[in-house]
Amino acid sequence: MSTHSSAEGASADRNRQPNPGERIADWADGRLGIYSLAKSNLRKIFPDHWSFMLGEICLYTFVIIILTGVYLTLFFTPSMNEVVYHGTYTPLNNIRMSEAYKTTLDISFDVRAGLLMRQVHHWAAIVFVAAMFVHMMRVLFTGAFRKPREVNWLFGFLLLFLGQFDGFMGYSLPDDLLSGTGIRFLEGAVLSVPIVGSYLTMFAYGGQFPGTVIIPRLFTVHILLIPGIMAGLVVAHLILVFYHKHTQFAGPGRTEKNVIGMPLMPVYMAKAGGFFFVVFGALALISAIAQVNPIWAYGPYRSDQVTTDAQPDWYMGFSEGLIRIMPGWEIHFLGHTLELGVFIPLVVFILVLVAIAVYPFVESWVTADKREHHLLDRPRNAPVRTALATAWLALYLILLLGGGNDLVATHFQLSINAITWIVRIGFFVLPVIVFVATKRICLGLQRRDRDKVLHGRETGVIKRLPHGEFIEVHERLPQERIYELTAHDQLQPLELPPAEDRTGIPRKVPFSEKLRAKLSSVYFGEHSQVPKPTAEELEESTSQHH
Amino acid sequence: MLSTSGLSVEKLSARRRHPLAALVALLIALAASGGLYAAFAPTQRAQANPAQSLAIDQGRKLYEVGCSTCHGPSGQGSHLGPSLVGVGAAAVDFQVGTGRMPAQQPGAQVPKKKPVYSQPQIDQLAAYVASLGPGPGIPNPSQYAPGDVAAGGQLFRTNCAQCHNFAGAGGALSQGKFAPELRGVTPKHIYEAMLTGPQNMPSFPDTTMPEAQKRDLIAFVTHTTNPATNPSYGGLSLGSLGPVPEGLFGWIFGLGVLIAASIWIAARTAKARK
Repeated sequence: MSTHSSAEGASADRNRQPNPGERIADWADGRLGIYSLAKSNLRKIFPDHWSFMLGEICLYTFVIIILTGVYLTLFFTPSMNEVVYHGTYTPLNNIRMSEAYKTTLDISFDVRAGLLMRQVHHWAAIVFVAAMFVHMMRVLFTGAFRKPREVNWLFGFLLLFLGQFDGFMGYSLPDDLLSGTGIRFLEGAVLSVPIVGSYLTMFAYGGQFPGTVIIPRLFTVHILLIPGIMAGLVVAHLILVFYHKHTQFAGPGRTEKNVIGMPLMPVYMAKAGGFFFVVFGALALISAIAQVNPIWAYGPYRSDQVTTDAQPDWYMGFSEGLIRIMPGWEIHFLGHTLELGVFIPLVVFILVLVAIAVYPFVESWVTADKREHHLLDRPRNAPVRTALATAWLALYLILLLGGGNDLVATHFQLSINAITWIVRIGFFVLPVIVFVATKRICLGLQRRDRDKVLHGRETGVIKRLPHGEFIEVHERLPQERIYELTAHDQLQPLELPPAEDRTGIPRKVPFSEKLRAKLSSVYFGEHSQVPKPTAEELEESTSQHH
Repeated sequence: MLSTSGLSVEKLSARRRHPLAALVALLIALAASGGLYAAFAPTQRAQANPAQSLAIDQGRKLYEVGCSTCHGPSGQGSHLGPSLVGVGAAAVDFQVGTGRMPAQQPGAQVPKKKPVYSQPQIDQLAAYVASLGPGPGIPNPSQYAPGDVAAGGQLFRTNCAQCHNFAGAGGALSQGKFAPELRGVTPKHIYEAMLTGPQNMPSFPDTTMPEAQKRDLIAFVTHTTNPATNPSYGGLSLGSLGPVPEGLFGWIFGLGVLIAASIWIAARTAKARK
């Protein structure tokens, strides 16, 4: 009562009653401190660029996946108990199946909006992982992972990694012929691990494949454990984005110490809120247009059955490619079998992912750059990084191609064996070719930028001089554009200290230092960057061109 | 009667020691067994069927023009094509009836195309090839009348889906060979294919897959591949080719559309006057 009367007294001073909204806000502030939070964050500035919205797509699809997933759990029974189907989908009448499969059929044919929810859930998962992948590539190619954002890069990588596995578990739950094949594949992969493989599969499957426990276990992990971890990581990821402030591309007025853009409230609140509905709408639309994972067509899983086109969803496709191109090598030793044909792909699968996860740390060690970076690189201005990332992408893509080799064969009327060999050779050769080509393209673009800064833009206007010579008229770029093209800094390769110190005693340089100096010259040597125009060169070119 | 029988018994008893008695008994036994056999054994109709021999003649003429280049002048085969002795009329009806034969060109596998011969001509060819050696005949409609769809689905997923895909959309085999898609294949041709194992397909004779199971399978395939009986629930089926086209669709029409939307939103930013 006393607080009430004091609040009344305060409002009487201002000579009016606070409206209900204000009162609720006051109530909340007194308990949650929302005013200071809002004051410091509502006017937070975010820069404008379409590629900065890729992360938003990830966030919104994640929310949509959780919303639709909750709906699906209301009707799904994660059980491998056998039942005989007598339901709406008559082509499966009198067929034995697990309860998991039966309830998925029920969701698809009997539950109101069940099939649409399933399809939104699945399409959203496909788009979610694709969006995370593109988002990560954006961060990689623009150097947004550099200090101070390395930890956030790792959070993002973990989200992608967990997202992939949660997707795999999700489409394994319905216990249809396709998902059962996936679970069988997983069993084979774990079995191939030396020494502990057989113990691990017995532990995971509760005995021999398929057993009766794997689907209930995957269900718990799929709907509780991994989404819980992912939700925590998403929050941490976003807190760090707020804390670090968003990166921006170089431009007039944009420095390492500021962020130029629009405030969260009201501009980005409206944009982001609207974009959520765009994402939800687009996903609902494609879910209403196109079928995804038609489990009724696959039939229930039986370990003596299999279908062709049994691929994983796209994000596991590169592991499928690895297993398809690997020769079936085996080593028999003292009555034990080492199944290299599966174990090597399993190891490479992990290495491909780890390679991308640790890249920021490799680059920061090579460059020995301890500064903070809030301005993004244009990919051409970091040729070696861009070439490495593109080579990694090429490896990833050719493995995806290998994972779909049968469909490539039938649709382009090729031999599946030829495609497998192309992928095998491409696995080693393509990344090298792509690295060299990308680096050269980057350097070419740097030369082009240099030309544009020093000589201006080609106007396409041909002029004939009095003495008969033809020239193309070049037009100077606007000052802002010149700034954008020259704002990046160009590091010089690290140099080892002189071989002898002042007293003439040979200096002992550790191997790691030598390696770093070598890699540094690969990154920043004269073959890896075109010197950007200096102020003097620009001055000189300006005076030449009047 | 009694006395005569007594007499005849005496006579017989006397004559059974006759030197030729064994021979006579043997002759009687042989005649009896031969006669019994002739009476009960299935009659092999040996007489000529004029219509059938005309069909064989016509078939041979068609064969010599259209088939003998690869299969040899009398169906014995060559390095270009296999022997047709014993493949039966069913194989001819399938291969020629689906347009696979005569082949356009040699290759890993001969694809189906528009049939070159009319059904009467195909029947004549089949009669000729059947005359080269015994083989499976063309089934009659009661043999391929559709059975139970659900049981057929189980059989299909056990025996067929690993090559033809869960929905009969077809799939790749090694070295450019392939399992064709099953949409639009007639029940008779499905039956003949199972019976004869054309090209790279294994055969499923009645000993491994009884006729009733074949009819279940035919029911499943015709049900599944016909949009009238099996509509594509939940939207476009994207070819029923599994997760690969789904991934492509998701990237292009899911993420692609959303990236286009984000470019559009970013291009229409709030205008702040500088």
